[in-house]
Amino acid sequence: MQDLPIKIDALIAKHQHLPGALLPLLHAIQDEVGYVPEASYKPIAKGLNLSVAEVHGVVTFYHHFRTHKPGRHTLQICRAESCQAMGSVALEAHAKQCLNIDYHQTTKDDAITLEPVYCLGNCALSPAVMMDDEIYGRVSAADLDALVAEATA
Amino acid sequence: MTIEIYIPRDSSALSMGAEKVALAIGNEAKKRGLDVHIIRNGSRGLYWLETMVEVSTASGRVAYGPVKVGDVPSLFDADFVHGKAHALNLGLTEELPWLKKQQRLTFARVGITDPISLADYIAHEGYQGLKNALRLSASEIVKIVTDSGLRGRGGAAFPTGIKWNTVLGCQSEQKYIVCNADEGDSGTYSDRMIMEGDPFVLIEGMTIAAIAVGATQGYIYLRSEYPHALVTLNAAIEAANQAGYLGADILGSGRAFYLEVRRAAGAYVCGEETSLLESLEGKRGQVRFKPPLPAIEGLFGKPTVVNNVISLATVPIILHKGAQYYADFGMGRSRGTLPIQLAGNIKQGGLVELAFGATLRELLYDFGGGSATGRPIRAVQVGGPLGAFLPESQFDTPLDYEAFSQLWAVLGHGGIVAFDDSVDMAVMARYAFEFCAIESCGKCTPCRIGSTRGAEVMDQIIAGKDTVKNIKLVRDLSDTMLNGSLCALGGMTPYPVLSAMNHFPEDFETKKASAAA
Repeated sequence: MQDLPIKIDALIAKHQHLPGALLPLLHAIQDEVGYVPEASYKPIAKGLNLSVAEVHGVVTFYHHFRTHKPGRHTLQICRAESCQAMGSVALEAHAKQCLNIDYHQTTKDDAITLEPVYCLGNCALSPAVMMDDEIYGRVSAADLDALVAEATA
Repeated sequence: MTIEIYIPRDSSALSMGAEKVALAIGNEAKKRGLDVHIIRNGSRGLYWLETMVEVSTASGRVAYGPVKVGDVPSLFDADFVHGKAHALNLGLTEELPWLKKQQRLTFARVGITDPISLADYIAHEGYQGLKNALRLSASEIVKIVTDSGLRGRGGAAFPTGIKWNTVLGCQSEQKYIVCNADEGDSGTYSDRMIMEGDPFVLIEGMTIAAIAVGATQGYIYLRSEYPHALVTLNAAIEAANQAGYLGADILGSGRAFYLEVRRAAGAYVCGEETSLLESLEGKRGQVRFKPPLPAIEGLFGKPTVVNNVISLATVPIILHKGAQYYADFGMGRSRGTLPIQLAGNIKQGGLVELAFGATLRELLYDFGGGSATGRPIRAVQVGGPLGAFLPESQFDTPLDYEAFSQLWAVLGHGGIVAFDDSVDMAVMARYAFEFCAIESCGKCTPCRIGSTRGAEVMDQIIAGKDTVKNIKLVRDLSDTMLNGSLCALGGMTPYPVLSAMNHFPEDFETKKASAAA
């Protein structure tokens, strides 16, 4: 991570002229680095003429942004009503038990971070989960096991 | 002759393996030396049949579904590329009753065209609305939209033309068109289907809005949970820029309109227009006080049209076919069509676009085919997580904004989530509070504190403790949230809570007996 400050400075330079630049910049940083490191708050604040508190406030307001390095894969399980109507409560319990972690945690081998999500827009095919950027519908416990096995293989 | 095969690129189709099916079909065709052209279309919206594959034949497109990778060799063996018989053959797509019974205006092209082909869009009546708009004055365009009766499809149902007229009437060097594509309501996906299946119609709608009110910059505020929509939108915007449908001089009219997609970051409250604007400005998505209205002081303090995806995507057909054409659909003050999304515990989930006036029962049973589990449908939630639960006795209600508000319910964004008889409505009421607590922006007390307190009291009720006293407490709390919250998040969380209590009291009052037993 030696080059982290250089990466972040480059992204700041690329985005700072946009109107309302902070969200696009935070997305760019998270896309590139995997999370928004706290060490980036100061240079972001300087580049966008904000206070560090404002940057911190925005990063922590939005569920999408994370301040710690996630596992190699992120598994999001939909908790919203449509998926609940199709058994997502049992599915999330199964996932937590198999991975032996709770939401917002990462497995010991650093393979999978588990996150809740409130609707993936796949409500005709509930329950739905997302592994990284891939979406899956009508997911059974066995399907979930297969997804996890594939990701950790 | 090249054989045209359509395989959706829509997220829901992808969630059922469409990508692998497309790959398998391509490989199998190569192996067999067949000349096929695979087009990645949007979804027709019959999601229980995804991956639905279509082939062009002389008599029209023939559908096969649900296709799994394992079915691919047998499809080729059966000569499906010429529309021949196979266990998965569904017949001519256009003749499928589920589609034939619909009135697709906003969704006219979704599933039919190649979403990122501008030529295909134009070949299917695309950009006719914009061409008409460029011949009209600003106030004439606004009048057509007003006369069509189009109301905001995001949920609030505010007349679109009136909103545009306010922005048109403002004097300002800079005005904005903002598309609210932060489709966060559970049970809804019509915005996503448009953006993935026919992005040009949204771009055209926003361009018409810009010309009508004198805006030069547009933003599509897209939820981060839709990575595929982001790709499709950006590809379509690029194509429109290249061809002069966006940019400094739209079709040689001298009018400029620049369009950019901005990614949201997973905050439900940013679907509320003022917190959306805060978010676009790079701030925490906290709700603003109104007035001033966003139409007068919106993005960066300038006059701004904020409309939902479906509202904007409906504008082109109105400008193309006229206000009366659109207004002739519908009932009462709900004019035109509503893209309805069937979701949850439903056998045949998908997108049904119909004129206002169809009943819930028709949708749940004629289209939906009843529950997925085969058990009776006990409750439906219409209009997202802030919508009321309706019991079976209200299934004959027509889908109409006013009919729903008379029942103290909302149509919202047109999502219908079905639950079978295994649902515990007290748990659903608790979830409504919990969701509000997770998503509250924190600006007003009824929402920030009330939601957490509500979940705690519901825990007591579910545990069978002081049920009578606690039910009264939830009602009091709901009253405070309903009347004291700054926006719909806190203000409408009582809808699911109280409707669950009112229609399914047995799930709340009997807890003591079952907990003690």
